[in-house]
Amino acid sequence: MKKEHNKKCSLLATESFGSFSASVMAVLVGLLFGLVILLLTNPSQAVYGFKAILFGGLSDMKNLGQVLYFATPIIMTGLSVAFANKTGLFNIGASGQFITGAFAAVFVGVKVQSLTGVSHWLFALFMATLVGAFWAVLPGVLKAYCNVNEVISCIMMNYIGMYMVNLLVKNFVFDVRKNQSMAVAKTAVSPKMGLDSIFKTGYSTSSVNAGILVAVLAGIIVYIILEKTTFGFELKACGYNREASRYAGINEKRSIVLSMMIAGALSGLGGALLYLAGSGKSIEVLDVLAAEGFNGIPVALLGLNHPIGVVISGIFIAYLNVGGFNMQLYNFAPQVIEVIISVIIYFSAFALLMKGFIMRLAKGKEEK
Amino acid sequence: MEYIIEMLGITKEFPGIKANDNVTVQLKKGEIHALLGENGAGKSTLMSILFGMYQPDKGVIRKNGQEVKITNPNDANRLGIGMVHQHFKLVHNFTVLENIILGVEDTKYGKLEMSAAREKVLKLSEMYGLMIDPDAYIQDITVGMQQRVEILKMLYRDNEILILDEPTAVLTPQEIDELINIMRNLADEGKSILFITHKLNEIKSVADRCTVLRKGQTIATVNVADADKEQLSEMMVGRKVKLQVEKEKSNPGNPVLKVENLSVKGRTEGKNSVNNVLFEVRAGEIVCIAGIDGNGQTELVEAITGLKDSIQGKIILNGKDITKMPIRRRTLSGIGHIPEDRHKHGLVLEYTVEENMVLQSYFEPRFQKFGFLRFDSIKEYAKGLISQYDVRSGMGEKTVVRSMSGGNQQKAIIAREIDRNPDLLIAVQPTRGLDVGANEYIHKKIVEHRDSGKAVLLVSLELDEVLNVSDRILVIYEGELVADIPADEANAQELGLYMSGSKRREQ
Ligand SMILES: Nc1ncnc2c1ncn2[C@@H]1O[C@H](COP(=O)(O)OP(=O)(O)OP(=O)(O)O)[C@@H](O)[C@H]1O
Ligand SMILES: [Mg+2]
Repeated sequence: MKKEHNKKCSLLATESFGSFSASVMAVLVGLLFGLVILLLTNPSQAVYGFKAILFGGLSDMKNLGQVLYFATPIIMTGLSVAFANKTGLFNIGASGQFITGAFAAVFVGVKVQSLTGVSHWLFALFMATLVGAFWAVLPGVLKAYCNVNEVISCIMMNYIGMYMVNLLVKNFVFDVRKNQSMAVAKTAVSPKMGLDSIFKTGYSTSSVNAGILVAVLAGIIVYIILEKTTFGFELKACGYNREASRYAGINEKRSIVLSMMIAGALSGLGGALLYLAGSGKSIEVLDVLAAEGFNGIPVALLGLNHPIGVVISGIFIAYLNVGGFNMQLYNFAPQVIEVIISVIIYFSAFALLMKGFIMRLAKGKEEK
Repeated sequence: MEYIIEMLGITKEFPGIKANDNVTVQLKKGEIHALLGENGAGKSTLMSILFGMYQPDKGVIRKNGQEVKITNPNDANRLGIGMVHQHFKLVHNFTVLENIILGVEDTKYGKLEMSAAREKVLKLSEMYGLMIDPDAYIQDITVGMQQRVEILKMLYRDNEILILDEPTAVLTPQEIDELINIMRNLADEGKSILFITHKLNEIKSVADRCTVLRKGQTIATVNVADADKEQLSEMMVGRKVKLQVEKEKSNPGNPVLKVENLSVKGRTEGKNSVNNVLFEVRAGEIVCIAGIDGNGQTELVEAITGLKDSIQGKIILNGKDITKMPIRRRTLSGIGHIPEDRHKHGLVLEYTVEENMVLQSYFEPRFQKFGFLRFDSIKEYAKGLISQYDVRSGMGEKTVVRSMSGGNQQKAIIAREIDRNPDLLIAVQPTRGLDVGANEYIHKKIVEHRDSGKAVLLVSLELDEVLNVSDRILVIYEGELVADIPADEANAQELGLYMSGSKRREQ
């Protein structure tokens, strides 16, 4: 009996090890493909370019700060997608929730002048979260009550959100000269919390700010909700088996709507964190869906839908992006860099399919 | 004697458990070979290996004396091996016909060519008395009919080695007789059948030989003619099993459940699946609803438990009208429900045993505090139920339910529902898929539940269980109750007449 117990433990260990190593393997495969593309497009500079991707993010403290800055919004949308996945939904609407949340934050940042100090910022975040959640209500309700696939309604909400935000920006917070939203009040900008003095190189500071802390905190909260609370227990049960949840007396329709709303709230908050970062970024009036929303999908995938995994994979993908900027030093066009980064990300996600394969491999070894 | 299939020295290990440990089964051509063993003994695993779903860690498979490698179900199909799984593998939003031809469909100019297939299916269905509606969607048909679809699927593929994993667990007695005839015919035609069942009667009546497994090991292969039921069950469980339920006469008290003129809408317009049903279940009595599958018992139970709306009538529990109550409040008012379809309703398969054990009670103060789950007490609780109800699996309370054997999944549900000590226990086919030992234990628990002054509403298709366990028998036919008989005055013949609609009580 004792012996049997020991065995259980060791096997449990290989299980979680299996999923972690799967992610690592996936990343390696992705990098390999990136290298191949580099060699094909620009053989002479390929190795330098690749080095830049691999180590650019670590080259100095400022770059490291940039990594955290870029990671913030995609961690949020990654969490959004992961949360929905865990509860049986595919939130492809992160983009719309992100941008509507962003608008809410900018609007509060520009218009609400009565708030002073950090409360202004907090209020802007709060409103963005609320609006993001609101933007996910309709897909949730349609799914729960009319069995409309959330993918379709989410995509529609993305477009509605984008055009509506364009309109609202133009009407309320428009900076005509720059064709984008006005700068928000200083009080609404995310505090630096001393991070800028850590992540700097010489006098050149990075854009890192309290946002990354909010994102990490969000990851921890999502983890606690999903894994530790009765609420998460219900949401996940609905995701896995709607009928059984109904049998167990869980209000499965309400759960679906709430899952969607929480996912939306996370994306909305992400939008606020990006546009209140104080890096000079404003909502541009363009007919383009917010890419951060879609980038949440590979982030979630690579993080195996685990909130902590999402934080790590978000940082990793941001790291690649910062490394990518450095490639410009070697005469790579920004478009090419983008392709290469995407190749790495998507092949990594793709390679996750090898998870089962790796597990089998590990098992085979154990037997020998 | 030539063996058509031999599985020699098969070993298969899962995390924490050896599901098969050096098992040997040899199947002769044209024979019906039964596999008997406790829940979790490794029968399904062994058959899944033969069907190419798992790879054995050790051991060889031979067909006609030649070693073969079966790495996936397609290989198995090529070798003429077909399987009906314990839990069906049907596509729910496909029709019956589409499911049957799935994977071997004919196409013409890239379009599905269904008419020949339809003809063949209808012919097979008629030939073997497997009644189906080829155009019904799987999600709309009963478990019994789904089973028939699975069998047809195999026949449609002209397989010569047929694996039936507990095919009779979900069939009515009549259907079982028919199936047994079918199996005989198939064997006469030279098909070889591996047949898993927990019902010793069936083994006695149809099988030529029987291999007994216990805890993953082969105990023996015997000629069925040379062994009686007691011997078989003793070989399998390792102890003597009482096949008869022992209970005192019931002593009913006040009514716990009153159902008054209840009607539930049917799937098709104009016909109610439950029509104007009136009955009560009193404290300290086991009332059984007997009937052929599809006569409204599913809908009746769903209306009482709240899974389905009723269109007329009242449901009263302990004097309280619960007709319009949401499910959670009904549960809390004292209903326990062992559902008909354990995978659809009873379990969250991705959850662990402990999570499933608290599926109906996770919100109670003993399992949560300020909305946070109390994992320690959940674990303790689950462990208690696991040992009390002998729920076997590889990793105890941390086992993901999906990986458990069917019978052990069922035991987990029963444990959860009985342990909540509901005033009214609604048990639909509670012993479906349980081995004789577990069967005995569960029947004992149900009787104990009654004796503690609670009411039990049992729905069963099995006459043995109906006659054995219940105190009062109601027969349902086409949505109406056509008989109400004390169990000790009932006999199988008479019940059969009621169930088939040839007889009904005076209104
Ligand atoms: N995929 C799996 N992963 C882990 N364990 C498994 C898996 N499949 C089966 N097992 C374990 O192997 C053992 C044998 O299971 P199996 O399904 O073969 O039993 P069985 O004899 O068919 O029982 P039953 O009569 O209840 O259907 C069980 O303890 C089960 O928990
Ligand atoms: Mg089985």
